[in-house]
Parts: sequence; C-alpha cells; structure tokens
Amino acid sequence: SLPERNNLAGVRHILLVLSGKGGVGKSTISTQLALALRHSGKKVGILDVDLCGPSIPHMLGVQDSAVHQCDSGWVPVFVDQDRSISLMSIGFLLERPDDAVVWRGPKKNALIKQFVADVAWGELDFLLVDTPPGTSDEHIATVEAFRPCQPLGALLVTTPQ
Amino acid sequence: AALVLQLSLSIADCPGTGSTQAGRATACQGCPNQRFCAAGATAPDPAEAAELRERLRGVKHTVLVLSGKGGVGKSTFSALLAHGLAADETKQVALLDIDICGPSIPKMMGLEGEQVHQSGSGWSPVYVEENLGVMSVGFLLSSPDDAVIWRGPKKNGLIKQFLRDVDWGEIDYLIIDTPPGTSDEHLSIVQYLSAAHVDGAVIITTPQEVSLQDVRKEINFCHKVKLPVIGVVENMSGFVCPKCKNESQIFPPTTGGAEKMCQNFSVSLLGRVPLDPQIGKSCDKGQSFLSEAPESPATLSYRNIIQRIQEYCDQQQFQEEKII
Repeated sequence: SLPERNNLAGVRHILLVLSGKGGVGKSTISTQLALALRHSGKKVGILDVDLCGPSIPHMLGVQDSAVHQCDSGWVPVFVDQDRSISLMSIGFLLERPDDAVVWRGPKKNALIKQFVADVAWGELDFLLVDTPPGTSDEHIATVEAFRPCQPLGALLVTTPQ
Repeated sequence: AALVLQLSLSIADCPGTGSTQAGRATACQGCPNQRFCAAGATAPDPAEAAELRERLRGVKHTVLVLSGKGGVGKSTFSALLAHGLAADETKQVALLDIDICGPSIPKMMGLEGEQVHQSGSGWSPVYVEENLGVMSVGFLLSSPDDAVIWRGPKKNGLIKQFLRDVDWGEIDYLIIDTPPGTSDEHLSIVQYLSAAHVDGAVIITTPQEVSLQDVRKEINFCHKVKLPVIGVVENMSGFVCPKCKNESQIFPPTTGGAEKMCQNFSVSLLGRVPLDPQIGKSCDKGQSFLSEAPESPATLSYRNIIQRIQEYCDQQQFQEEKII
C-alpha cells in the first residue's frame, strides 16, 4: 500500500475545463492552453477525466506511452524532454486503443478518485482538468475530489449556436 | 526503482446490475458496488422485464443513434431521421431523447417549453405532427437552463420510466437519441430494450481522427453488447461555399475518415453529409432542415441515408416474417 501523501501539495493552480455540450473543443482548448502555458515558462499537468472518450494522449502525440509507478503513486506521462507538460489519462491504461471503457458510474467515480489522489504530479504551476460533456458522475466525482484543494475555477467552452 | 504499471482494463466491463453475473464477473473487482450486486440486491425483477416487453409490444422498429464522440450530430440526425420517416403519414414515429444532461431534441423539434401530460394510460409523448411524438427529460425541467446533475443510477431510473410509463401506442419506428459515450445510459437502454426487438444502431462521426478514435470504441461497444450496427454516418464531411462553390475539408480525414474505419470494422458507410450553415440554423429554430433547405446537397445526403435505414428495417421485418 502506498504511503499517505498529498500528491497535489505542489500544484499551484487547478483549473477545470467544462462544457455541458460535447464536441465544442474542451480537449483542444485544454491542450492548446497547456502548450501556451509551457511556452510562457510554466510547468503544466493535464488530468484527462474523460473515461469514455480520452482525446488528450492523441492530441499530444503520446498515445503509445505507458504509466509507471513510483513511491508516491503513479508517474504521469511526460510529453517532452523538459518534463514541462505531464499528463494522465485512461487512454494510457487500455490494452488496445479501440477498447471501449464500458463502465457505470460507481466504477468511473472510483478511478477518478484514484486519478486525483494517486498521480504524483510534483511541482506544477497549473493542473488543467479536461472533462467529458455533461453534468454527471465524472463531474461530481472530480469536483468533490478537488474541493479540499480549492481549485482556481472553471473554464467553460462553447460554440455559437 | 520505477515499476512499469499497466492496468489492463479489459473490454469485459460492468456486466450490468441486472445481470446474473452482477458482482461476480472479473470486471467487478474493485467496483464500489461489488458487494451490493453480489448479494443479489440489484437482480432484475422478472415482472419488470415483462412489463417493459408489454409496453414495447406495439413498436415495430427501434433504431439507436450512437456515437462515442460528442458534438458530431447525433441529435441533429435523430431529429431529421424522425422527420424523414414521419413524412409518410401512414407511419407512426416516436423520438426518445435519453440524453439526460444535455437534451437537445426539444429545441431541435421546436417543442421547447412543452410539458408532459399524464393520462390513465401513462405519460403522453409531445406531438410535433399527428404521427410524430417526442419524449425527453427537457420536457420535465422547470427551466431550460436547469442542470440535471444526476449520477448513473438516477439516470437509469428515468430511462426505464421513459420506456415503461410513456404511452407510446402502436409505433412503426422508435428512434432513440443518446448522449456521447459508452456508459450508464447506453448499457441501460440496451438492457431495457432486450425485452423488445432492436433493429440496430446508427453510429455518427465526423471525418477527423479525434472523432474516429472515440467512434471505434462505440463500434466495439455495439459488438460487445450484440447490438447490430446498421451503419455509420459521416457528418461535417466537407463544405461547399455557396458563393464560390469551392469545396473545403473543414475537418480533414487525416486517417481516411469514416470510409477507412468502416472498411476496417466491416460496417456499412451509410453516407456522408456535408456542412451546411443552414443545418445549425434550422436546429436552433426548431425547424426540419429537410423542409427548410430541400435543395441542399446535405438534404440529398440525409434523404439517401434515411432511405437506406428504412430499407434495412424492412429487410429485417421480411427476414423475421420468413422465419415465422
């Protein structure tokens, strides 16, 4: 069993990227925001809690990466040599990329809690949390798990119609 | 020392709280509900299954509209499929919206603000035309901006009510619009409909790889739950400028688009629908795009696709009648 450790202690700002609607560009914005923040010298983590449709690994070109374990928990996948962008997504945990994650709420909630507690982010300026569309299990679980850390807030994404 | 951790999340996932394997399957390990399910607390009520079967007895054809990806045009397609099928006044069509968090169908069908009425025989669908009835959680909200912040089990409960308590009557086509993903809503609708006959699923995508990678998962979901795939529709497939008539690929099919995916998965490509700004406008206005823009190439595509779906359903009926 892993020692008690607050893996979010070194994270300065937590920002959730939300939308009620699917396909408006949440994952795209999360990715571009992370890249822009890195460009301005920040260390950024991305937590992808879209369990059914994880898009971030592919967008950052790291879809074939594996997740490693360390003393404090799970090591996030680094996107570059500088280790200035790190990422955790269920996409890394699938046997095959086309495998559907066919889970009901309770199982999704359990994994999200693990993602929030067990990923060893280290020191980060920003942790961006990309979410699936809706206002359901993933959103409730994510907000509840992050509440003690007082997230900066939410960025809402939409299209004009 | 760093250990390589590869959690293998097999495709054999939640067997369903109503399954005989509930709590006992390999996939149940680590699920917070495992003990509950294993104790039989969630066993399906045979009376309930019988009730659903009875309620859906008058439904001739059921088509699910699915996608792994959000925002690709499921609701748009569901609405137009319903309108297209209801153009034949001899057919009775029903459109059921099981997107509980983001119900788009009321707005798209021009039914915002409508309420559900109850009668002795159950909930009445809201009728757009005499032969086109609609049901959605949208009709149950006091304000259209109210967020429905429900966990899985409560969503499942409402979906069951939609099937059990709505007085659908005799229907030729039941179209079911779903939210994106492969979760509670999708598992539940397949489970509850097992009491009736489902012709199959129409899967919607757009041409780019980011959509396709989610849609491949959805095709695998259909295989897993033994839901036939009627075919795939590729939306937002190119844009023809109305001024200069030049064609642009707004969402380039960098990995071969839906066509390549359909070849790889041996499913039919039902058709490609180009982008037309009038589609979004018609949806916002609650009008049928097919009626508003009858000359649009997108309308032609939609009509061809709808016809292919009709033919598929008729073919199913023919096979069944042969067996009988």
